[in-house]
Amino acid sequence: MIALNAATVALGGRPVLHDIAFAAAPGELVALCGPNGAGKSTLLRALAGLLPGLPRPDPRRLAYLPQDARCAWGLTVAEVAALGRIPHGDRDPAAIAEALATCGLTGLAGARIDRVSGGQAHRAMLARVLATRAGTLILDEPTADLDPSAGHEIMALLRCLAREGRAVVVVLHALDLALRYADRLVVLEAGRIVADAAPLAALPEAARAFGLPFGTDASPRLLPPG
Amino acid sequence: MTRALAVALAVLLLLSLATGAAGFGVPDPLVLWQIRLPRTMLAALVGAGLGLSGAVLQGALRNPLADPGLLGIGGCAGLAAVVAFYWGISAAFAPALPLAGLAGAGLGCALLLVMAGRSASGPSLILAGVALAALAAALTALALTLAPNPFALAEATFWLMGGLEDRSLAHLLLAAPPILAGCAVLLKLGGALDALALGEEVAATLGVPVGATLRRAAAGVALAVGTGAAVAGSIGFVGLVVPHLLRPVVGERPAALLLPSALGGAALLLLADLLARLAPLVLPLQQEPRLGVLTALLGAPFLVRIAWRVAP
Repeated sequence: MIALNAATVALGGRPVLHDIAFAAAPGELVALCGPNGAGKSTLLRALAGLLPGLPRPDPRRLAYLPQDARCAWGLTVAEVAALGRIPHGDRDPAAIAEALATCGLTGLAGARIDRVSGGQAHRAMLARVLATRAGTLILDEPTADLDPSAGHEIMALLRCLAREGRAVVVVLHALDLALRYADRLVVLEAGRIVADAAPLAALPEAARAFGLPFGTDASPRLLPPG
Repeated sequence: MTRALAVALAVLLLLSLATGAAGFGVPDPLVLWQIRLPRTMLAALVGAGLGLSGAVLQGALRNPLADPGLLGIGGCAGLAAVVAFYWGISAAFAPALPLAGLAGAGLGCALLLVMAGRSASGPSLILAGVALAALAAALTALALTLAPNPFALAEATFWLMGGLEDRSLAHLLLAAPPILAGCAVLLKLGGALDALALGEEVAATLGVPVGATLRRAAAGVALAVGTGAAVAGSIGFVGLVVPHLLRPVVGERPAALLLPSALGGAALLLLADLLARLAPLVLPLQQEPRLGVLTALLGAPFLVRIAWRVAP
């Protein structure tokens, strides 16, 4: 369970979030959508305790994956996953092996992260998040820069993780992925939450926030699956 | 790999103890204790401090170009030493020179942390370091321009080029504790440096105190490198080159590089100092080449090779 109540955040004197009440319960996959600059990343950073003045959650219980997560050095995929054990102060091989297996990376454990494909590097970063075995996962655009099938793979994986009892909060730009995989869609516009409902119910508001046509000539991308 | 480096270091230590102006072989006990032992141990300690500092700074700043010289702490030690030459203090009282260097390194570290601000982050630390290095270089040049006599000018310039000849047991006893303390601080940063490979924000969510880690890194580097510069003058390239030489062998994880970089730095500086002593025996030279000159001559081709390999 992670929650933010009546949070107002200003960065550099400019208000970014206004009076935000946000919560995610265990077992729930929450998608956070909104136009660029709406404050999605700031909301995630607030949840992760990265903004001054906000409480910092226990690093063993909350794992955070930023936008464009990168590793500065050519660590192996297994070494990257092992970084997720730092909060526990161990290198628990079972947790690392499980995280690598969940992300389909067992065969690449010894490969350098700067020598694998972009999708594999993304999954290695996700394996780092999973190796912590945290109950709450906060992910900023984990499907950006991925081809559609890799994006679906990651979202299916996140839904599995939520079903296992984790609270998963994920920023998405692709509304189709949010519709198909999320339990709840939260739409953020100009620092305020303008919709917070089941994905289908929140869709008109999301489309309006993105400035997309919806209704009579909804683009195929916006149609719910099946 | 760590074991191989330790063996190489031991061989170089023995070679260094057996080589000198008196020729090759087991030396006279007086020569051994008063001349060769201090020189050998200082080369190993200063080199270890430089290699380890390079590995820590590159890891902490996530920048393969980071080098102890970049943060200007060695420059501050050099400036303080030049001031000691300038006022003739070093002529009146021999340990004044390393003491001045130490004071300069400490002051440089304090200034660096103030300039980097309370919320230390990688880029602000680099900017503050570059500013400090430029300031120290400018003030050193000013002190040299205003030198009271040509003799002081020559002495200071010569010292700035780095060297380990004529160092005594007193120098060793003065330099060893701060260098070892600095290395101890730096060797403990491994886990935090690993986390910093993912960026400062992720490291913070992994429970790593980012600001404290960077401050400890700066303080450890000031102790290890500043003290080294205080007794051996300015010696470049070791801190930059050693981690690059070791990455292909021990892997790129910052924590795994720390101990090998300390051993490798010690071995590299011992080797350079050995070459400096051998040069006058083999080549028609009036004097030993300066150590700082040799490390740069040895280090530059290595860097060119790395650049060649990295280029797409």
